[in-house]
Amino acid sequence: MELFNSIFNGSAVEAVLSPLLKGTAVELLVPLLKGTVVTIWITLFGAITMTVTGVVIGLMKLSQFWPVRFLSIAYIEFFRGTSLIVQMFIWFFVLPTFGFEMPAFIVGVLAVGMNVGGYFAEVVRSAVQSVPKGQYEASIALNLPIASRMRRIILPQAFRLMLPPWGNLLIELLKGTAIVSLITLHDLTFEATSLNNANFQTLQNLGTALVIYYILGRFVIIPIVRAFERRFNRGISRSTA
Amino acid sequence: MEPMVRFEKVTKRYGSLVVLDALDLDIAPNEKVSIIGPSGSGKTTVLRMLMTLERINDGVIYVDGEPLTHVARNGAMVPASEKHLRKVRVNIGMVFQHFNLFPHMTAVKNCMEGPLRVLGLKKDEAYSRAEDLLGMVGLADKKDHYPSELSGGQQQRVAIARALAMRPKVMLFDEVTSALDPEVIGEVLEVIRALSREHNLTMLMVTHQMGFAKEFSDRVCFFYEGKIAEQGPPDQLFGAPRNERTQQFLSAVLDAG
Amino acid sequence: MEGLWNWGFVWQIMPILMEGVIVTIEISVLSYLLALVLGLAFALLRRNPRAWISRPTGEVIEFVRSTPLLVQIFFIFYVGPQFGVTIHPWVAGILALGIHYGTYTSEVYRAGLEGVNKGQWEAAIALNLSKYQTYRDIVLPQAIPPIIPTLGNYLIGIFKETPLLSVITIAELLTRAKDVASDHFRFTEPYIMVGVIFLVLSIPASYFVNWSERRFKRGYGRK
Repeated sequence: MELFNSIFNGSAVEAVLSPLLKGTAVELLVPLLKGTVVTIWITLFGAITMTVTGVVIGLMKLSQFWPVRFLSIAYIEFFRGTSLIVQMFIWFFVLPTFGFEMPAFIVGVLAVGMNVGGYFAEVVRSAVQSVPKGQYEASIALNLPIASRMRRIILPQAFRLMLPPWGNLLIELLKGTAIVSLITLHDLTFEATSLNNANFQTLQNLGTALVIYYILGRFVIIPIVRAFERRFNRGISRSTA
Repeated sequence: MEPMVRFEKVTKRYGSLVVLDALDLDIAPNEKVSIIGPSGSGKTTVLRMLMTLERINDGVIYVDGEPLTHVARNGAMVPASEKHLRKVRVNIGMVFQHFNLFPHMTAVKNCMEGPLRVLGLKKDEAYSRAEDLLGMVGLADKKDHYPSELSGGQQQRVAIARALAMRPKVMLFDEVTSALDPEVIGEVLEVIRALSREHNLTMLMVTHQMGFAKEFSDRVCFFYEGKIAEQGPPDQLFGAPRNERTQQFLSAVLDAG
Repeated sequence: MEGLWNWGFVWQIMPILMEGVIVTIEISVLSYLLALVLGLAFALLRRNPRAWISRPTGEVIEFVRSTPLLVQIFFIFYVGPQFGVTIHPWVAGILALGIHYGTYTSEVYRAGLEGVNKGQWEAAIALNLSKYQTYRDIVLPQAIPPIIPTLGNYLIGIFKETPLLSVITIAELLTRAKDVASDHFRFTEPYIMVGVIFLVLSIPASYFVNWSERRFKRGYGRK
């Protein structure tokens, strides 16, 4: 359990960097990078949550059964009609009184993932609907059953269309993780603001935090998404793009 | 006599492609010149550079004795600033292939915009000038119509009126009938014909309308691969072209009807 | 207090929450106005032919857009005092929201400007209009109407993100809810009602924006 925790809360990073950097000009990096580990974990699990809920809810919106559609629309309207911070406060403060007590980490991941998942659901729906009608017709003509049709013909093509917006939403996810600092998670923002309350060197503390977020977004997330795009665009001519 | 427009060793490149190759061209005041040639020969570029829509890479363009694209400084020619360009290009007007009328303004407002904003005319002066010009092109009754309510030929005539409202010394026509349906080409050419007869305008026209070019021009220039392959009075160029390329081009155009 | 949900408590706290809503709306509108102005300024700077203006502007816009608004709010609020300048919370909040959303609106303006037919610029040059006149009379009147719905969406976006300002003591809706919750040791009604109020205000607003976008698309073709 200790090992588990220490992976997730960045104390490993702290243990390594602290002796190295203590007393140097960049010693603020120690707590900040410790918090960054937490941010990265939340982003990672949040991304999985976002993708799964997005696909499920998005496909639900295309169902023939109106109760299913209704649920999907309700989900999307709720998660898009309120902001992440409001949702997170409700998750963290209100749900426990109804019996849903969860560790803050889980709350953070679910809140951020399901919030951005609401936006991704629209992307999924739109991408699936953008697959040319001819593809549906060809697979009907070939007598493919629905599950096969979706899995092998429609979804792979929709997938390609979903990738760029997926990348953008990942950045939104990353930005959203900052809010978990308000529900006691020791992420990058929490560490930065704590440090700031101690020494008030806002420019350095918060400025560096901003730069770290920027680096995570532009130099980690974006290249990963680009790599995905390249992999899934192999062999496809750009004529229909 | 000082030429109204002079191209002096003007060169234009797009990357490694040379579109105009050290072009020398003089146009006398009130001269009507047609420019013909295959696409890619540089003929539209000549007009666009004169209208300062494109920067030139080498050489100098003079308008009415003044350098247009450069200023003389310490004996050398340096590229001109935006301010200088605006000062000299007020003498030039242009009519475009795709009209480029302002869709959110009526015909009369389109024609008033230049005089009002640039020439500093008062609103009623600009209005009456616009009205007169629209009358001249036969569209007095359409002055309060928006471009989307006018036919292609009508829009192009408004575009001509709009350019004339600036009282330019030089008028440029860039394939002004190429985007029009055949039945309205005539009305536009008629306006240009009247213009050339009744006004002291230097006119430079890029066109595919060979018949019109023959009738309207004092001189025809045939462009090929960035250079003037042949030029001369229309009778001579159309009747007895000396250059082989000219002959090829003309016969291809005539075959296409 | 008893029970999972107490309607009496809801009615009790409603007036306080409503005061918060008013502050929320005020801050939203002011931030939005700043975002509209900054967005246009950013977009024009990005189009500047001089690379030493357009590139850095682009980098700054990207940086602000891709980093958390929450951290930017803290930054603007606390950076002043670090150098001896105190900033009023409202000023910090409006600046943070306005600049952050200014980067979003600048992309929208860019799209609108790109959407104007290239020939329009050339016709303006042929008439010898100055750059300022070209933008004012020809380009902006054509660029802005199609993007108004998208810009409207960002007002709704700002409105929903105002609760972030609760961290710098601005007395908007979430702050009031927090106060009430901690006064009475009861979180359920205050926070749920905050959610409900936002839903009640933002969902119709979004539908209105979508409806007007469809109406706009139909009407503009006429011109």
